[in-house]
Amino acid sequence: MNWLSQHRLALGLILDRFVRAPFSSLLAMIVFGVTLSLPLGLYTLIENVKAVADNVSLEPQITVFMSIGADADSTRQVESRLKGRNTIMQFHFIPRDRALQELLQSTGLVDVAAGLERNPLPDAFVIEPKNINPGELEKLRKDLTKLPKVDKVLLDTAWAERLNAMVRLGRDVTLILATLLGFALVVITSNTIRLQILSQREEIEVSTLIGATDAFIRRPFLYHGALQGLGGGIAAWLIVSLGLQLLNVGIADLAKLYTAQFRLLPLGSVDILSLLLFSSLLGWLGAFLAVGRHLRRIEPRA
Amino acid sequence: MISFSQVYKRYPGGHEALKNLSFTIEAGEMAFITGPTGAGKSTLLKLVAAIEKPSSGSVVVSGQNVGKLRRSAVPFLRRNFGLVFQDHKLLYDRNVLENVILPLDIAGLPRAESMKRARAALDKVKLLGLEKASPISLSGGEQQRLCVARAIVNRPAIVLADEPTGNLDAEYAGEIMEMFQSFNQVGVTLLIATHDESLITRYSSRVLHLKQGELL
Repeated sequence: MNWLSQHRLALGLILDRFVRAPFSSLLAMIVFGVTLSLPLGLYTLIENVKAVADNVSLEPQITVFMSIGADADSTRQVESRLKGRNTIMQFHFIPRDRALQELLQSTGLVDVAAGLERNPLPDAFVIEPKNINPGELEKLRKDLTKLPKVDKVLLDTAWAERLNAMVRLGRDVTLILATLLGFALVVITSNTIRLQILSQREEIEVSTLIGATDAFIRRPFLYHGALQGLGGGIAAWLIVSLGLQLLNVGIADLAKLYTAQFRLLPLGSVDILSLLLFSSLLGWLGAFLAVGRHLRRIEPRA
Repeated sequence: MISFSQVYKRYPGGHEALKNLSFTIEAGEMAFITGPTGAGKSTLLKLVAAIEKPSSGSVVVSGQNVGKLRRSAVPFLRRNFGLVFQDHKLLYDRNVLENVILPLDIAGLPRAESMKRARAALDKVKLLGLEKASPISLSGGEQQRLCVARAIVNRPAIVLADEPTGNLDAEYAGEIMEMFQSFNQVGVTLLIATHDESLITRYSSRVLHLKQGELL
């Protein structure tokens, strides 16, 4: 028995069937692809957000705001205390006047300044801590709050952490969605293959009578399922890529308004490879279930 | 080659298709099974090909007890047979050549070898030149010859034929019988079920008469 030629035979048979019924085969793959594109698209978006979050949270900063009424003496006092701490890598001081000017310039609100009676902004220190472990950061933040004349200490990793938590949540949602839809896809494929088995009933009967093993009869259907899954995976990939292209047009416009550059990155090759592997596996599994359930019922009636 | 001993076959519902059947067919023999419709001819052939299992007794083919075979062993038993059916059981979505190649594909022969053998089988039944035709376009006699070609392409030791001439006129029926006889001359064992007594009288072969499931 030459098993390679047996596999080539089954594959050839299925490709032949695809060519004979291109429309229905294509339709089945598109249905598969659309279903799969939902979790895949979500995954791609989340991966993009995660990339941003990873970049940001690499350099956490702590901002110490002095109270509005703090005089130069107390500011100097805080400055010297900060210098003495070994948990701080470096820091710089932003006087309230400069802070106001920067704010006005960056927002284009210079005219508004005329209407202000006094500067509403406090003096501030921007600190880069040595240890970026979240627990240590929080401890440092609490310590800094106790310094005299300090109004507020903001840990700006807080929002990055929230972003991270949201990314994690998003991943969980994607995973649940992918699991549910994966299950649905197995059922859909199983049904397609079931119909295929029924329409192939005569062939199965005759082959059984001529001495075909169960494996020989199963093989083309398993290939059918796996190929349908593979086609569906490719369709999902195309759909998501196209979606990203469309979104990127809008995102580029939006980013221009913020004078920033940002675009959604496409799926990486490892992701694409796992997608195609996963979708083929789903199709194969659907076929496997259908074949197991229905082939035994077709016994020859010679 | 084929040996029945005290074989009974009851179908679910109580119908007794075969009763206490005992006989032996030697290798290289050609035998007819006759009897009216419902006498159990088809059931007998089904027991040989392991399509049905005997209710009691034993059916032994080439030293194997067919009724006791594991499901996974049945396909390999069937590859020793060439089956000819009254309704041909051809696959109409494949052409003539593909129909004949099917048993060789199942047996896992290399393609080049399969092609050679399939052409040879088609030559034997005088269908060479119609390889690309669809079986549906063939006449009844041609379809039956195609069925015979498919049965012999794998060079089986035993050919089982169930009413092979049932739907054919006398001329076509004679052609098929001549083919069977020529296979028999090269050593193939044949078991042919038919209700056509006139066919049998022309040959000096052994005849098993069945009546209501019993051997007369």
